[in-house]
Amino acid sequence: MINFDNVTKIYPNQNRPALENVDLTVNKGEFVFLVGPSGSGKSTFLRLILKEERPTDGQIHVAGKDLARLTNWKVPHLRRRIGCVFQDFRLLPNKNVYQNVAFALEVIGKPRRFIRRVVPEVIDLVGLEGKHDRMPDELSGGEQQRVAMARAFVNRPMILLADEPTGNIDPATSIGIMKVLDRINRTGTTVVMATHDAAIVDSMRKRVIELEYGKVVRDQVRGVYGQAY
Amino acid sequence: MRSNFVFQEIWVGLRRNLTMTIALIVVVAISLSLLGTGLLFVKQVDRTRTYWQSKVEISIYLCTADSANTTACHGAVTEQQQQQLSQTLRSMPQVEKVTYVTQAQAYALFKQDFSNDPSYVSTVKETDMPPSFEVKLRNPSADYGIVASAVTGAPGVDSVIDEMTILSKFYKLLDGARNAVVIVALILIVAAVLLVANTIRLSAFNRRRETGIMRLVGASNFYIQLPFLLEGIIAGLLGWALSAALLIGVKSLLLNNLQQYFSYNVGLSTTDLVEVIVLAMIVGVLLCGLTSFLTLRRYLRV
Repeated sequence: MINFDNVTKIYPNQNRPALENVDLTVNKGEFVFLVGPSGSGKSTFLRLILKEERPTDGQIHVAGKDLARLTNWKVPHLRRRIGCVFQDFRLLPNKNVYQNVAFALEVIGKPRRFIRRVVPEVIDLVGLEGKHDRMPDELSGGEQQRVAMARAFVNRPMILLADEPTGNIDPATSIGIMKVLDRINRTGTTVVMATHDAAIVDSMRKRVIELEYGKVVRDQVRGVYGQAY
Repeated sequence: MRSNFVFQEIWVGLRRNLTMTIALIVVVAISLSLLGTGLLFVKQVDRTRTYWQSKVEISIYLCTADSANTTACHGAVTEQQQQQLSQTLRSMPQVEKVTYVTQAQAYALFKQDFSNDPSYVSTVKETDMPPSFEVKLRNPSADYGIVASAVTGAPGVDSVIDEMTILSKFYKLLDGARNAVVIVALILIVAAVLLVANTIRLSAFNRRRETGIMRLVGASNFYIQLPFLLEGIIAGLLGWALSAALLIGVKSLLLNNLQQYFSYNVGLSTTDLVEVIVLAMIVGVLLCGLTSFLTLRRYLRV
């Protein structure tokens, strides 16, 4: 599903690579934690998958496509198959829950009838049934992140990228968020989650990839967060 | 669904920076109407010039018995000299038509021109009026020098007067006015371009959250940029509509009034006006559309 072949990324005007010789494969349906300190290259890894950045060296394949050979006008089609969730939720404050989720389908030109059928299903899936009309500022952090997850998942992407989704949420609520991610993963969606949250990683017992200074220092099936942090 | 969404976005965009949008519309309107006025001026001047150019003649005044010009004239022009001149003029390829005006005819014209001032007419006798050749040229502006030099100083010729030199002063005035209008219009167009760029940039900045999410969920570039592009073009069209009204005003109030002072018809037709207005629309839409497009390429990259 995601294949990095000896990928190096050096940002302009910087000597140290953000990623160095990263060589790994994430299979379809896998749940992967990406751990490591700030600046270790987790975000660069996610941005490369979205083709928001181009690798300095090496090849990346996502959903069977060679990103280097993907023309610019086809990048949006790649992104329709990838859902994204962020630490800061990125909801539209002037739209309610339903509209926020529907927005993701409207802007890719889905028909209104399809949207009306699919959006409530996904809102139920993330556990926000009955809260369609709430505005983002009327929701708790955990609920806002659920809306963001509903929006990321509403188009049934093959891959879900989560960049510290529990970063702004207390541990008790985080468990609920992880349950939603697990539910999404069980539908066959590949989930890649960058995180600092040791408790979550340890409790989930999923594959863990650890980055340090842009290098993969650990890649463990059913791993834990590690002692160093 | 799609078009609904796009128009909603445009409306939101235009309303959100209302002040900028109004400024943009006004500047586009003024620059387009000045440009249009310049074009109407060009048409008016051309029309007038063509009209006069077909009428303009060289007058070759011949000597009379008591000509003031004693260096060129030694007594009245003789029959032979007049024949000679007539022959010279008629043989020149640049000359289209030669008319001989006798003293009697000149006096009759003079009396007619000053008919409201009989005391003035009574002081001038028929013998004071010089006979003349009225020469019509094929190409007045280019051939004047050749014909004038051929007859200037010839025996019997008092003076050669080109009506073009009298008209050229008037032309200079019109040309100057036209150039001033066009220069101001061009400066304003530059201002309009910068304003469009700024408005679109502000609009893109105001909606960076929306566009960021659109990018993320895989909306196509076209879909993301279309509302902004249309926003610019709609503002341009509104400005153009205003300028069209202003241009109609310029034509009906200014140019049509100017026409009253001329005894012949050199007025611009409605077709001319429509032509200028359509041209202004093309300029306006291209200006706003292209500027928005180029601005968006910088601020809404994939």
